[in-house]
Amino acid sequence: MAKVTFATDLCKGCGLCVSACPKNLIVIAKEKINKKGHSPAEITDQEKCIACAFCATMCPDCVIRVEK
Amino acid sequence: MVVFEKPKSLTDAPLHYCPGCTHGIIHTLVAQAIDELGIEGTTIGVAPVGCSVLAYNYFKFDMAEAAHGRAPAVATGIKRALPENIVFTYQGDGDLASIGMAETVHAATRNENITVIFVNNAIYGMTGGQMAPTSLPGQVTQTSPYGRDTSTAGFPIRVSEMLATLDGPEYITRVAVNNVKNVRNAKKAIKKAFENQINGKGFSLVEVISSCPTNWGMTPQKALEWIDENMIPYYPLGVYKDRSAEKGEEA
Amino acid sequence: MSEKVLMKGNEAIAEAAIRAGCRHYFGYPITPQTELAAYMAKRMPKIGGVFLQAESEVAAINMVYGVAGTGLRVMTSSSSPGVSLKQEGISYIAGADLPALIVNVQRGGPGLGGIQPSQSDYFQATKGGGHGDYHLIVLAPSSVQEMADMTVLAFDLADKYRMPAMLLADGTMGQMMEPVVLPEPSTSTVEKPWAITGTKMQREHNCINSLYLQSGDLERTNFERFEKYKVIEENEALYEEFMMDDAEYCVVAFGIAARVSKNAVVAAREKGLKVGMIRPITLWPFPKKPLAAAADKVKGFVSVELSMGQMIEDVKLATECKKPVVLCNRAGGMIPSPEEVLASIEKMAGGNN
Repeated sequence: MAKVTFATDLCKGCGLCVSACPKNLIVIAKEKINKKGHSPAEITDQEKCIACAFCATMCPDCVIRVEK
Repeated sequence: MVVFEKPKSLTDAPLHYCPGCTHGIIHTLVAQAIDELGIEGTTIGVAPVGCSVLAYNYFKFDMAEAAHGRAPAVATGIKRALPENIVFTYQGDGDLASIGMAETVHAATRNENITVIFVNNAIYGMTGGQMAPTSLPGQVTQTSPYGRDTSTAGFPIRVSEMLATLDGPEYITRVAVNNVKNVRNAKKAIKKAFENQINGKGFSLVEVISSCPTNWGMTPQKALEWIDENMIPYYPLGVYKDRSAEKGEEA
Repeated sequence: MSEKVLMKGNEAIAEAAIRAGCRHYFGYPITPQTELAAYMAKRMPKIGGVFLQAESEVAAINMVYGVAGTGLRVMTSSSSPGVSLKQEGISYIAGADLPALIVNVQRGGPGLGGIQPSQSDYFQATKGGGHGDYHLIVLAPSSVQEMADMTVLAFDLADKYRMPAMLLADGTMGQMMEPVVLPEPSTSTVEKPWAITGTKMQREHNCINSLYLQSGDLERTNFERFEKYKVIEENEALYEEFMMDDAEYCVVAFGIAARVSKNAVVAAREKGLKVGMIRPITLWPFPKKPLAAAADKVKGFVSVELSMGQMIEDVKLATECKKPVVLCNRAGGMIPSPEEVLASIEKMAGGNN
């Protein structure tokens, strides 16, 4: 079962993971603000994740850990 | 099972780069290659002057910070002193292709057994977006406010093509990090560039087409698209020199 | 004890460096230090060392920076215009607290100048030379024997204080042939836990670096470095006194100028003038104490230099201008004769008696 975790406080909200996700499961949580003052990325539906790690591959800040 | 996690040879220091800057991706690729090859304990990196000047904060192996453009000379010194260690430079386009062009060309022609990671984003980032030796014709920057005029500012330098004309270097390739497929290819190239050094093959340079959303004045995603539309047509991806492959040796 | 051999000054530096354990040499051709590089090119491959002719002086000094970072003994040599090019790297070496040896076999300047001997890089050598607050340990040999001995001393001091050292010679010293007893191979072992040698996964990573973006951090490292400089000024100043016991006039000269001046001092004594000489051997740290002591005894100083007058400023500072200091100089590759120096001494003595 795929599991994606975000080190939210390292996220700069650049959104490269959002465009990389083939299932369109990632969004920028506009209503949230992390320690760095950015709105972080988060996964909307963990169940649908296929653990392709495209998001983590494109993340410049090593925010995302992917397991399956 | 872990599919993707932060490479072990990266420190926990948060990267200072702008949101969406692909330096972070390239740092990750370098660290992954070093982890997979099991060479963290023997690797010595040389950081440049430019946005990645603080790279020494992000890697767990030994690092030296070089003067602007001098990283290949510093790396030459380190490698000649410690031939058993793995030595690489990490340089931007202003550092490598403008002020450090002589050091680059001569390290290549000597076939110094080092690895060079050359990040080309066609602009000076740290100083606020000035024209780089690799800025495209017509590209608007702080010091080419009407667009790079090739009649006065000359043409962009295609470093990989130029270095590939030399007899010296072992491996010269150009990759990009603007989508998943390209990042994966970039990783293979970077790993090969380190393997070449381990195998004593000599100078290996990976030019990585990268973005600068802040100074290009676009969103991170748009910047990646701009690479496809503008950078790659001028800087075609591919292997420009691979001496061992040409000789039919196993890579 | 090694036997005496006849060698050029430039070659004596090279052989002494090898005996001091230096196995890495980086340089770029320039007159009049050529023999040094040529000697290294011949010898280094035979003893498992590295001779590399760099693409420029700039590259050469940065290769030195790289090797110095690994903790091994390393050197470069050049002559005045080339040493100007090295200043960037020298500043970084000083800023990263690395030991290394830079040899400057001076020629006349400014600009391309000439290829004849000069001492006109005194300011550049002793006041830092590149950007920022720093010093080099600067040694000024005045014989081929000293070229050899001070090469070893320069490596030792550089290691001891973790800073760059410079051997400031000139074209005459480099080209001159004299008998020399070469030093015994060095057994110096200085621990260098800061060196970049690979972590071997057994320690935190080391960084060779001169960047401090926080101004407080940069200020602190500068203050710490200058505390170290104070210790060096206190302990490492070297000089030679010649006939100073009863001297009424004091010649101050280093390097080739000191050799000429010694003859002038002897000639002056023969004429009944009580003249002595203080020869700074380290130009930084400058031997302030003997000069300050002399200022209380003598009637005046003659600073003899192959420049338009550079060391004279340090003589005035060290003597607190208590007594007159006059300049006896030639420039542009010319060397003052003993007669010219004697004339300066006599003029000063005449003016004061």
